[in-house]
Amino acid sequence: MMRFMLLFSRQGKLRLQKWYLATSDKERKKMVRELMQVVLARKPKMCSFLEWRDLKVVYKRYASLYFCCAIEGQDNELITLELIHRYVELLDKYFGSVCELDIIFNFEKAYFILDEFLMGGDVQDTSKKSVLKAIEQADLLQEEMGLA
Amino acid sequence: MVVPSLKLQDLIEEIRGAKTQAQEREVIQKECAHIRASFRDGDPVHRHRQLAKLLYVHMLGYPAHFGQMECLKLIASSRFTDKRVGYLGAMLLLDERHDAHLLITNSIKNDLSQGIQPVQGLALCTLSTMGSAEMCRDLAPEVEKLLLQPSPYVRKKAILTAVHMIRKVPELSSVFLPPCAQLLHERHHGILLGTITLITELCERSPAALRHFRKVVPQLVHILRTLVTMGYSTEHSISGVSDPFLQVQILRLLRILGRNHEESSETMNDLLAQVATNTDTSRNAGNAVLFETVLTIMDIRSAAGLRVLAVNILGRFLLNSDRNIRYVALTSLLRLVQSDHSAVQRHRPTVVECLRETDASLSRRALELSLALVNSSNVRAMMQELQAFLESCPPDLRADCASGILLAAERFAPTKRWHIDTILHVLTTAGTHVRDDAVANLTQLIGGAQELHAYSVRRLYNALAEDISQVDEEEVLALLEKVLQSHMSLPATRGYALTALMKLSTRLCGDNNRIRQVVSIYGSCLDVELQQRAVEYDTLFRKYDHMRAAILEKMPLVERDGPQADEEAKESKEAAQLSEAAPVPTEPQASQLLDLLDLLDGASGDVQHPPHLDPSPGGALVHLLDLPCVPPPPAPIPDLKVFEREGVQLNLSFIRPPENPALLLITITATNFSEGDVTHFICQAAVPKSLQLQLQAPSGNTVPARGGLPITQLFRILNPNKAPLRLKLRLTYDHFHQSVQEIFEVNNLPVESWQ
Repeated sequence: MMRFMLLFSRQGKLRLQKWYLATSDKERKKMVRELMQVVLARKPKMCSFLEWRDLKVVYKRYASLYFCCAIEGQDNELITLELIHRYVELLDKYFGSVCELDIIFNFEKAYFILDEFLMGGDVQDTSKKSVLKAIEQADLLQEEMGLA
Repeated sequence: MVVPSLKLQDLIEEIRGAKTQAQEREVIQKECAHIRASFRDGDPVHRHRQLAKLLYVHMLGYPAHFGQMECLKLIASSRFTDKRVGYLGAMLLLDERHDAHLLITNSIKNDLSQGIQPVQGLALCTLSTMGSAEMCRDLAPEVEKLLLQPSPYVRKKAILTAVHMIRKVPELSSVFLPPCAQLLHERHHGILLGTITLITELCERSPAALRHFRKVVPQLVHILRTLVTMGYSTEHSISGVSDPFLQVQILRLLRILGRNHEESSETMNDLLAQVATNTDTSRNAGNAVLFETVLTIMDIRSAAGLRVLAVNILGRFLLNSDRNIRYVALTSLLRLVQSDHSAVQRHRPTVVECLRETDASLSRRALELSLALVNSSNVRAMMQELQAFLESCPPDLRADCASGILLAAERFAPTKRWHIDTILHVLTTAGTHVRDDAVANLTQLIGGAQELHAYSVRRLYNALAEDISQVDEEEVLALLEKVLQSHMSLPATRGYALTALMKLSTRLCGDNNRIRQVVSIYGSCLDVELQQRAVEYDTLFRKYDHMRAAILEKMPLVERDGPQADEEAKESKEAAQLSEAAPVPTEPQASQLLDLLDLLDGASGDVQHPPHLDPSPGGALVHLLDLPCVPPPPAPIPDLKVFEREGVQLNLSFIRPPENPALLLITITATNFSEGDVTHFICQAAVPKSLQLQLQAPSGNTVPARGGLPITQLFRILNPNKAPLRLKLRLTYDHFHQSVQEIFEVNNLPVESWQ
């Protein structure tokens, strides 16, 4: 299963953190700091996989943002890359040509979208259309029930 | 008047506008104070906005614990906006460790049974993200109900929530196992995917569940086959591959079910072959499926042909231009190299190619795999490649590469000479990264290979000095001095150089002053090890010169396995050092211990006969051997008792140091076996004018009675003309309360003491 997903900028600023395994705040901070250091030190032409602690880390850089997933030993790295890409596509569709600023100023939306795509670290729906429709409906419901 | 609170986006903007960390902190602290106040006042309208702001600053690393209770309030609200932010807050701020988390159980229960799908979705999502064991136990019945609801939106989420619940509370397997059979008949991809994930989780946790689900293997095969042959579907395909997420998940479950089970493995054989051959490999999605297929094939009881197919797929992956694909191929091949060695061997050339990867994580994998593939038939070719790699590989891989090469060399060396060559090459290329015992191993190896001594010495000497055509003493000394002075030398190297110089002092016939000078300089060296050595060696020159030859003699061949012996071999076995032949500025001197001259001694036996070493490019060696001043070890001269009176005896012992034929060292020893002490003992000596005599200070003036500690005293006699030795002694001492004086000439001096 996926243990956690992080989004962070080139300058080491955290933009999103989703933890699928119960971890204390202190431990999370430590892991985030450590992993950010490792990933930011990677050169551009290196492969997207690395080993960190007892986990496998799959990361990909999209413009100024690093998308970083920690998976377990028996998980498939290549499909995790597809997973990351799917999430980026969803964000892109939702925000219309997404950029880092969208995720900064609308971080709750980024979480909501992620939560329609993954649950407990596993993929819930493999249809882009279906996920986007669900978000749309939730947004509608929010508007119906008062100002956001 | 109530100041309207900042909107979320305005706060974010303000924070980003801060120019320094301190400024940012200030802004945030101010805002948090407002937020706290707002929470205290209990403003329901803006609560969600306040929490959202709090969640933002929490992401930046600031404390947000005072928002925990607000999450509860928001979740309990009927407004969807509130619930959305409230649940998000719960997932980010509420921790299993805090009791507060249990308080949302009731809200979740309510929301689950409300029937509003987005709300149910929120509740399930939160439960699956941060639900503790207690919460899971409490809410399992609710989730179970939702598994069979009509709406796929809720069902798919309920299934994945069940997965989480089983992870937290394995006993709940009994609740969630029964519905799986029916769920597997669904057509909705999300539900199918969730179900397969659920079954996988159940099987991994319980052997009984595993047995139970083996019967669905045919159904799984059918689902996968349909997927693969279905063709393109816009909704679920990626790069022409039908729902790769679902395919990978099915393959993974098949792997678990087929492991160690002939029948299941048999059932899936054909399908696996079909997927392996038909999947489009032009993009990552297809390769992801192919990769999972390979993993499954290798893990179940598959037919031999299928296994070979799988290994070949990995081999093809190695040639893929995408380095991610190459990475997973190398990792997988490494896992397979033990079980399917010959199949992996077939891809050895490609693996070796991967050594040239620029990405260090790939070249590391390639290195591990290459080392695992070395065997007695390919060792020469592989070593060449590996040594080339060693020369250019990144520093953090050097140590592993070096030890890998050395280990492989040890296991598969075709000849001793090749083995020595290999070790020498590794040492010159990466000496600093090599473990210490490699050095000892090499000395032992060379020591044991008599016939290769000449060859080894030649190689070592050539490695030491790039361009030497003539060898003479001066050159050797100069070279060692250069090594000592070079700022690239490690302290260890310098240590070896110093010791080498000392050994040379007993073997070269020239003046030792140069050596003494160099040694004394290091007496004030900053490095403690070097300083100690230098001072010890200097003392050796000054006070114990007669012992120098004995101490610096050739060491016998050391036993390999004794760690003690190895230490000694390293410490005192000497000779020339290996230095970088080519200028490699980042690489400090590789240092090596080998006894250059002792090897010559050993090899040639009697050094007076140089010609039986090949006169060749190492013609230098012959010159070295031609030096006349490496005399055969002298036979020891017998001791002489020269005086005895009333239990007091005087003995003479003689040493002729081989490197200095004009020098004679006499040690007089005065012993006392009488009942009375001997005190105020003084001994004086005289020799003929042509000889030079130097008396050193005696060890004492008193010899206690009944065999007490004797007095010793050293005489140094220089006899360059080899004149016959004559010695007159005068003794004065007190014994039995009487003064004794004796003057006499020593008779029967052995001829060897002056000839």
